[in-house]
Amino acid sequence: MPNTQREQMNVVIVGHVDHGKSTLIGRLLADTGSLPKGKLEEVKARCAKNAKPFEYAFLLDALKDEQAQGITIDTARSFFKSKKRDYIIIDAPGHIEFLKNMVTGAARAEAAILVIDAHEGIKENSKRHGYMMSFLGIKNIAVCVNKMDLVNYSEKVFYGIKKEYTDFLEEINVQYTNFIPIAAREGDNIVALSKNIPWYNGAYILETLDNFKKAAPKHEQDFRFPVQDIYKFTESGDDRRIVAGRVETGTIRVGDEVIFLPSRKKSKIKSIEAFNASALVEAISGQSTGFCLETQIYIRPGEIMGKASQPSAHINTKFKANIFWMGRQPLVFQKTYKLKVASQHVPVVLSKIVHVLDASELSSVQNKNQVDRHDVAECVLETLKPVAFDEVTKIAETGRFVVVDNYEISGGGIILAPVYDQDSTLKEHIRQREFQWTRSEITPEKRAEQYKHNATLIIITGQMDTGKEKIAKALEEQLFNDGRFVYFLGISNKLLSGEEVVADKTIARAEHIQQLGEMSRILTDSGLILLTSVSDIDEHELFVLKTLNRPNPTLVINVGENKFSDNQVDVSLMENEDPAAAVAKIMAFLNKTILLDPEYTI
Amino acid sequence: MKAGMDKLDSLEAQSVFILREAYREFKSLAMLWSIGKDSTVLLWLARKAFFGHVPFPLVHIDTSFKIPEMIQYRDKLAKEWKLNMVYGQNKEALEAKKTFPDGAIDRLSCCKALKSEALKHTLAGDWPRYRLDHLSGKYVLDQNKEPYTGVIVGARADEEGSRSKERYFSPRDKNSDWDIGDQPPELWNQFKTDFAPGTHVRIHPLLDWTELNIWEYIERENIPIISLYFDQGHGQRYRSLGCYPCTFPVESTAKNVHEIVEELRTGKFANIAERSGRAQDKEDWGGLETLRRGGYM
Repeated sequence: MPNTQREQMNVVIVGHVDHGKSTLIGRLLADTGSLPKGKLEEVKARCAKNAKPFEYAFLLDALKDEQAQGITIDTARSFFKSKKRDYIIIDAPGHIEFLKNMVTGAARAEAAILVIDAHEGIKENSKRHGYMMSFLGIKNIAVCVNKMDLVNYSEKVFYGIKKEYTDFLEEINVQYTNFIPIAAREGDNIVALSKNIPWYNGAYILETLDNFKKAAPKHEQDFRFPVQDIYKFTESGDDRRIVAGRVETGTIRVGDEVIFLPSRKKSKIKSIEAFNASALVEAISGQSTGFCLETQIYIRPGEIMGKASQPSAHINTKFKANIFWMGRQPLVFQKTYKLKVASQHVPVVLSKIVHVLDASELSSVQNKNQVDRHDVAECVLETLKPVAFDEVTKIAETGRFVVVDNYEISGGGIILAPVYDQDSTLKEHIRQREFQWTRSEITPEKRAEQYKHNATLIIITGQMDTGKEKIAKALEEQLFNDGRFVYFLGISNKLLSGEEVVADKTIARAEHIQQLGEMSRILTDSGLILLTSVSDIDEHELFVLKTLNRPNPTLVINVGENKFSDNQVDVSLMENEDPAAAVAKIMAFLNKTILLDPEYTI
Repeated sequence: MKAGMDKLDSLEAQSVFILREAYREFKSLAMLWSIGKDSTVLLWLARKAFFGHVPFPLVHIDTSFKIPEMIQYRDKLAKEWKLNMVYGQNKEALEAKKTFPDGAIDRLSCCKALKSEALKHTLAGDWPRYRLDHLSGKYVLDQNKEPYTGVIVGARADEEGSRSKERYFSPRDKNSDWDIGDQPPELWNQFKTDFAPGTHVRIHPLLDWTELNIWEYIERENIPIISLYFDQGHGQRYRSLGCYPCTFPVESTAKNVHEIVEELRTGKFANIAERSGRAQDKEDWGGLETLRRGGYM
């Protein structure tokens, strides 16, 4: 059992099905004396009782399912120790169907042992797993050529496989240096050099593992703190507004100036909060913590807090990435997925496939129009709102992402670089729309003259239950009674509240904003003053609505806390303000702006 | 040279991260509290994650055969820490005396009825939930019948074979069934937090902890722990808590947390399974996994 004072390392064992991963683990557990007392005897006795020859792999096969099918289904975890440190060993399934389990295991590993059967040679998953280890960012890798006993411990076989595999790795720009001939069943080169393999005088497995170095702490890197949540437990008598999350990289101190991305809002660290701890002045990478800020700024979960004095993360809507796909459905164009990068969740579309790498044959396929299950592809992704990220080579924690399709994590990826170009899906959409629009003979000016106002979209926003809809209705009534061409669109609030059962809230909200923008464009083109209320609209959503509604203007009325960073709000109202008073304030503003005959209403 | 993080710091940081992900993603969230050391550590970690608060209900399944001190301890902490405490039980089976202690059924069937079934229906909200009313200090019928869609559980990977296969976020289908062969991928701290209506997700913040880590953390944080774990002078203590007819104390003279840590680290329990005192595990090979597939925690 691991001890707190001793160093620990997570090791994943990967390789093709039946190449002997479980046997190797069984050996490592038994030969390092790491098995619970009596376990070896118990399994041996059970085998004897069932007239079955004992195998070391049985030690791991604690589950009935596995034993029935004879394959490791999931990433079982077990422990073994050397003199130097404790190892948490992750056995990853070799069967292709369980790639997502392999990835799950390997993603938390610091080192990997890749097992290749000397007798069978390099197989599809020997290659795929070799590629995935590098993809997942594992730096310490040992390639074990197993079952040497089946090839009479032949030096020639070992070096043949070593050469073939090294050639393959070269093609994908990966270099692994540790190759070890072993026979797990016989215990050769596991915890000591074997006499059966006299021609090999490199390191045996345990020695190779002990030589692996732990990754250096990330305290010195640029500071990145993805915001998980903002807490305010007012009902429990706690007035602190705490920005909670985990410091992924770097170090921060009380008094440091910070910047939130993508909103670019700035503040200073007032305090570092913790339960059952004395006052803290510093937070370092790896810590789950929380901060109070000196100024009251409104930020949202998902933003990345950086240090104002350091190079910041990129903010963009497009980036180039390597993606591996695990979904049952392929990754396709014209479909909106959910991207999770650090703590940000945003809608995303596939913008371009650069090439697809068939990992089994390692052939690069151009002109493919989708990414199939188990493919690895270089792609350009476009998010429907700006996201903050880093190149994976700079800061891995904010340079990796997953793609969610229909509730399931279906792909993982690493960000290579931001892509800066002028094209965005929104712009292209508007270009198409305006191009195809058959214009009416009645000009907007004529309509304005007739209705005595400029066609306008008025958005009433603010938190849920702040009386937005009441105000909207009262305003509609006032304008209507004044003879204006006005309409309150009451369905949008429901659509945008996120209450309804839809596949994904993030995607549904983005789609509804899009729909509302389209509707606004048509309705304001008819000369209408369109009123609508939308809960808690964010700056990017507002940008999308304004853009879609162009050339007609969009006015913003905010009820309650104003979360916008600059002068985006035209009229500010208090929470649950009396509708009559609210309408008077709004009318005063409209008289100055969109109403062409202000005296008419006075 | 900056002070780094030790093993317990890292475990704590990961558990807190998971708890916050759960709180962010699940509207109807609950934490199972068995009163044992693991889920009490989990409760402590929740207070760390939410800066002294526990912003979701704690659910206890009361089989009525729990060791009486467990219920006293539960209510004492619930009042002291202002917890939103909820319990549920299989009233029908208890009233009909269809239990193992009543001699009606075997151990596994009893576990299934009093724990798995009670848990399933308490989570779903179709059996009554009893909530602690802090004003009167008594349990009242809970008006909230919403199914809990996220359920935080204190399972550890090292406890037993089947638990080593768990995810941090592990989906259960409409029947609370666990499809062990088809689990979602988890990588780079991204978990399955999207789910189809009718399903729910079990969340396991303690997956990476060992029994020893748990006790070391209890010692470090000075977490109040139920005295049943300590030898009261009879040379016996509980190593794992459950129903009294099926849980037996182990021979041990460990009288406090520190002595338990020493005992686990170097002493007689260093290589003996923790659940060795839990009879239902021995009913058939893999008894716990059979229970877990059917919704046992």
